[in-house]
Amino acid sequence: MTTSAVSPPEPRLAPAAPAWPDATGHFGIFGGRFVPEALIAALDELTAAYEAMKVDPAFVEEFARLQRDYTGRPSPVTEVPGFAEHCGGARVLLKREDLNHTGSHKINNVLGQALLTKRIGKSRVIAETGAGQHGVATATAAALMGLSCTVYMGEEDTRRQALNVARMRLLGAEVIPVTTGSRTLKDAINEAFRDWVTNVETTNYVFGTVAGPHPFPAMVRDFQRVIGDEAREQVLEREGRLPDAVLACVGGGSNAIGIFTAFVPDAGVRLIGLEAAGDGVETGRHAATITGGTPGVLHGARSYLLQDDNGQTIESHSISAGLDYPGVGPEHSHLHDIGRAEYRPVTDAEAMEAFALLCRTEGIIPAIESAHALAGVMRLGRELGPEALLLVNLSGRGDKDVETASRWFGLGDREEVDPGPGMDTDQQPTEGAVTNHEAVDGQDAGEQA
Amino acid sequence: MSALQQRIAAARDEDRAALIAYLPVGYPDVDASIAAMVAAVEGGADAGGVGGADIVEIGVPYSDPGMDGPVIQQAVDVAVRAGVGLRDVLRAVEAVAAAGAVPVVMSYWNPIERYGVDRFATDLAAAGGAGAITPDLIPDEAAAWLAASDAAGLDRVFLVAPSSTDARLRSTVQACRGFVYAASTMGVTGTRATVSDAAERLVARTREAIADTGVLLPVCVGLGVSNGDQAAEVAGFADGVIVGTAYVRPLLDGEGVEGVRRLSEDLARGVRQRAGAPA
Ligand SMILES: Cc1ncc(COP(=O)(O)O)c(C=O)c1O
Repeated sequence: MTTSAVSPPEPRLAPAAPAWPDATGHFGIFGGRFVPEALIAALDELTAAYEAMKVDPAFVEEFARLQRDYTGRPSPVTEVPGFAEHCGGARVLLKREDLNHTGSHKINNVLGQALLTKRIGKSRVIAETGAGQHGVATATAAALMGLSCTVYMGEEDTRRQALNVARMRLLGAEVIPVTTGSRTLKDAINEAFRDWVTNVETTNYVFGTVAGPHPFPAMVRDFQRVIGDEAREQVLEREGRLPDAVLACVGGGSNAIGIFTAFVPDAGVRLIGLEAAGDGVETGRHAATITGGTPGVLHGARSYLLQDDNGQTIESHSISAGLDYPGVGPEHSHLHDIGRAEYRPVTDAEAMEAFALLCRTEGIIPAIESAHALAGVMRLGRELGPEALLLVNLSGRGDKDVETASRWFGLGDREEVDPGPGMDTDQQPTEGAVTNHEAVDGQDAGEQA
Repeated sequence: MSALQQRIAAARDEDRAALIAYLPVGYPDVDASIAAMVAAVEGGADAGGVGGADIVEIGVPYSDPGMDGPVIQQAVDVAVRAGVGLRDVLRAVEAVAAAGAVPVVMSYWNPIERYGVDRFATDLAAAGGAGAITPDLIPDEAAAWLAASDAAGLDRVFLVAPSSTDARLRSTVQACRGFVYAASTMGVTGTRATVSDAAERLVARTREAIADTGVLLPVCVGLGVSNGDQAAEVAGFADGVIVGTAYVRPLLDGEGVEGVRRLSEDLARGVRQRAGAPA
């Protein structure tokens, strides 16, 4: 067990060491290192520095101080009874990562990796970003710690997350739009790896999720597990019991692993990851990697991925830039294969219905990524009924998504306002009446944004 | 002795380095890419000049070529979109063998894993391929490929880099068969104005690792060579000169198969003018 109800909250990185990965970064058959030899020395350096740093009291103290004084941790747990009325009457608790400085869970990981960058004596960081939240967090940490920062972002994503591009530039980062391939997160990662192999002597790659080659999946998990460590104590303290299920959206999987890790030893707690199903898994236009993919190798690790018969990566589709990724972290593939976690698909339309509901019932505008987890809890609550206590990771806030959501719902400053899918004519959310986003100008709303 | 090693030894007997040409299958289309490979092998031989490439690295198109620069990315992207796969690659293997060069497949790992590692090894051997070069597969992760290549009698070429430690150089050369690929610069594929000093240092360190471990393997250098003069310089310290981006460029620039042939002739002259052959 990780903690007991009575133990006081205290800073720590790893209360109960997870059973995986092995020494070479494997989670069962997943993970490992599938990278050019040229990067092995840098990955070894990072692994050794990280292993030394995480048991160094000075680092543990500094990391805890930044989380408390800079990020604003611990983040609260909020019960949302108005929203829960739409969840079959189950009780719903939100872990409020949206209230962190910079607006999402991404800052948790970035502060750790930025400290590590300084420890190994490098002066420049690079990052990939999809929704822009990891890019903003990296630009923020770079500004704080005096590092120069370059962020790779798919051109498609620079358009649909324009606010975050502006934020990164204000923070002093260089943002490079990537025009190869699908022009989204997958291609931004390719470009970041190309930069890294060329500039590895001066540059550290601050990876944004629990994917990539060892040590990234384990290291990012360790930096993110604070979410679940806090939440487990918070729930125990207020309820005197553990939740029945813990839910989180899964892009690469860092916010989900972050909240799952503390609960993995609690066999009675269901762990449910919500994947982006885009137009629906059956349409082929989706990003539901575990639901609709097969094991293979992408971006340095073996994991589930969306691929064709030739082993080519299939382009993913989701209204949510942060989930629009054809891969997933290897630990999720392992948790799936051993049956410890479940992964379910959530369509764009279902996510946007949940998005609207949380706005209107609780006064909280979620990130569209996180809205996938909210859609998952609506369905699970109806399955389990009023006895259930459900904990959802609200991984980020929706400021960056205002433009996309306005288009989806036909809001904005047009004269004739079409309330759009998910809203009735008084612009109240229409429960259950989901929504065909083809109603919005016949196109993928994400691509218009 | 392995087919690759034998061919490199034959070049050495002529007091020259071997010329190794990389071309991806499927750019501009499968047939034209095979014609380009054959032209790279022929070089100026028909016109009474020196020949062309001794070995062809037959590139498997991949959607996420993380080690490649813009030129190869652009060509491979076309092939990926056209659905080119390992079946087409095996056809290119047969054509290159028929043209008299040694065919070796160059592939990122996922297309091979998806095809099935054992099936790939069996089919490649049946098509007359010498083996495979795997730029994103390190020996540490290669158990299935080590077994399959042993069973099928195939060569397997892993990469070493300037950042490789001495210990990794030793373990990597021990896993190699055919030759060792010295990726001479830290970075992605693309032509460079000058041959980096790092190349010669890496070759020397790799030869030490080879001597230490008692394996007998040639060392070939890739990443950045684009013309005969650079080929001559690399031929001064390496057993083989690997050229990729420069072979793809004439295809992108519309010079077609004849552009590839002219380049091969120039490079073939280069590897015969080695600046100072190794002892
Ligand atoms: C708010 C938010 N949630 C979730 C994600 C998805 O990433 P991960 O699955 O690594 O948590 C992102 C990525 O950008 C995000 O911004």
